[in-house]
Amino acid sequence: MSRSAHHLWHFHGGLKLPGNKAQSTARPVFNASIPKRLVIPVQQHIGEQGKLLVQVGDRVLKGQTLAESSQYISAPVHASTSGTVIDIDELPAPHPSGLNTLCVVIEADGKDQWIELEPVKYPISKSPAQLRQLVRKAGVVGLGGATFPTAVKVNPGPGAYIDTLIINGAECEPYISCDDMLMREHADELVSGCELIQYMVASKHCLIAIEDNKPEAISALQAVIKDRALHNIEVVVIPTLYPTGGEKQLIKVLTHKEVPSDGFPSDVGVLVQNVGTAVAVHKAIHLGEPLISRIVTITGEGVNEPQNMQVLIGTSISELIEQCGGYHKDASKLIMGGPMMGFTLQTDHLPVTKACNCILVENTPAEAPPQMPCIRCGACATVCPAQLLPQQLYWHASSKNFDLVQDYHLFDCIECGCCNHVCPSQIPLVQYYRFAKTEIWSQERDRIKSDHARVRHDFRQARLELEKKEREEKLRKKKEMLAKKKQAEAEAAKDGKTVDVDPKKAAIEAAMKRVQEKKAAQQTGSDSPKE
Amino acid sequence: MVDKIDALLPQTQCGQCTYPGCRPYAEAIVSGEANINQCPPGGEATMLALSDLLGVEPVPLDEEHDDSPEKTVVYIDEQTCIGCTLCIQACPVDAILGAAKQMHTIIESECTGCDLCIPPCPVDCIHIKPVKVDTDTWRWPLPEQNEMTPRA
Repeated sequence: MSRSAHHLWHFHGGLKLPGNKAQSTARPVFNASIPKRLVIPVQQHIGEQGKLLVQVGDRVLKGQTLAESSQYISAPVHASTSGTVIDIDELPAPHPSGLNTLCVVIEADGKDQWIELEPVKYPISKSPAQLRQLVRKAGVVGLGGATFPTAVKVNPGPGAYIDTLIINGAECEPYISCDDMLMREHADELVSGCELIQYMVASKHCLIAIEDNKPEAISALQAVIKDRALHNIEVVVIPTLYPTGGEKQLIKVLTHKEVPSDGFPSDVGVLVQNVGTAVAVHKAIHLGEPLISRIVTITGEGVNEPQNMQVLIGTSISELIEQCGGYHKDASKLIMGGPMMGFTLQTDHLPVTKACNCILVENTPAEAPPQMPCIRCGACATVCPAQLLPQQLYWHASSKNFDLVQDYHLFDCIECGCCNHVCPSQIPLVQYYRFAKTEIWSQERDRIKSDHARVRHDFRQARLELEKKEREEKLRKKKEMLAKKKQAEAEAAKDGKTVDVDPKKAAIEAAMKRVQEKKAAQQTGSDSPKE
Repeated sequence: MVDKIDALLPQTQCGQCTYPGCRPYAEAIVSGEANINQCPPGGEATMLALSDLLGVEPVPLDEEHDDSPEKTVVYIDEQTCIGCTLCIQACPVDAILGAAKQMHTIIESECTGCDLCIPPCPVDCIHIKPVKVDTDTWRWPLPEQNEMTPRA
């Protein structure tokens, strides 16, 4: 009894944007060549950074764990191919800051030799907790871009009830097409991943949401579901509207439920997973393979042959561009992610990470149009999918009023960039919000640190006080003793007796005497046998 | 009140406000003896927070107590350290580990960057270094204000 026409709802705002996806979907996914040198950042997920398990000089096999943490919210990283660890150092990795992070550098030996894989033939014979452990070991993180450890996300926790599992294949951001290609070419694996996640969270329904601009992906998945006669997995075709792929927006469109501010989808009985994550879960369990590669869209007007590539994590972006026919002569800007939410990269000598869904090469002039004053037109509020007041957020963020900006729900902003896009004054609104968010986090860290320092300072003061008191007490006692002794002497003198020899002195003299006697005895004792 | 003010101060215990620590400074503010703009490590943010709490007008930071927002910690050049323990006695938050005639070292995560350990060191082996910014602690800059000037 499949629900044929799923009722759909609308979220607030949003934008109809030119898709620009056809450029990169003309050809099937191309397997990028194994690079000679792979740079694998240790931190590619939200949560605790893993501890290194390898050293420079070690030989590693494809799929071997390079670093892992015992913390719950964390994910290990693995070698993407076999080879030798030639360096472990702070190296540039894709991040808006352009800062270096700890990376393991592997020189590939070209053999691409796997570790011994342990596929699970009958996942149903294992408990959901055991499967989660396997997902964790495989280093699976959310591949939609957030990189939150999947093993944590697919654990609804005690008391939580997941009614609907939503598999996010919306891919609403222009230019990006890696999820589209994944659904077209790996529909079977995707459905099997959905079944595994459904088993882990015990959800009743599974909806695979796809925007109506991806007919090939839709029919591929429908065919698999029909073939396998699955009744609780359904493909739902949703209208193309940016940012439908936002977690909260997608839940609203499919279920009419709203995730509360500060809340999680599980609060409304929903779990959302990206299609790429579902395939990674399938690989982790059915094949025993860790997450060591992903599909990356290389696209934009600035690259000669836009296409999707299956890329080993750690491959340099420059090598991918080369395999896509190199840069167009007008190429001006390199972006990781899409045109709406991505960030600019300063160089292409950066490794592909688990979060890297798209490399966009633009050929627009790098010079940003001048920012004009806000005219209070309110266009930003009309398009905001989180129903915020972007204008107010902008005022308070730019005047560093961090309390007020939070009163206007800064942290509900998903940084989709709709407000930026429609602003007639070209105000980079999202950057103001990112500035405010990171400032607030930094102040919070400072506050924790200063509270800690206060405790330590107070403790030190108390300790010094105690030590001082102890010293005073000792001194007082000694003085008392001295006074008593003097008194005793005075009294004795009065009585006409001589004072007894100091008991301490007497004890020492007695001890010395004993030692001398002993020595004398020993001498006589040791001398006699000789003679 | 003193507690509330103390809670806003950065707890470096550096004494740059001319009082022997954060709490004494808080007490001095309450008694009206000190102004709210005397805390350099706290910078403008602390001054504004204090003005907010006390309902007084913000005052620009003192020239004497100039704003140096870069966070620093100190480290000991362990080759030079003679193990005199003078720095340990000076540290307000017990962030230095060591014993007499044993090499000392700074516990970086506990150091508040107050620099009080530097003057007592007889061999000048304590140096200041900026706190390293990594991808977790990095902050987005404010967009460059290239707003067009209004036409005259």
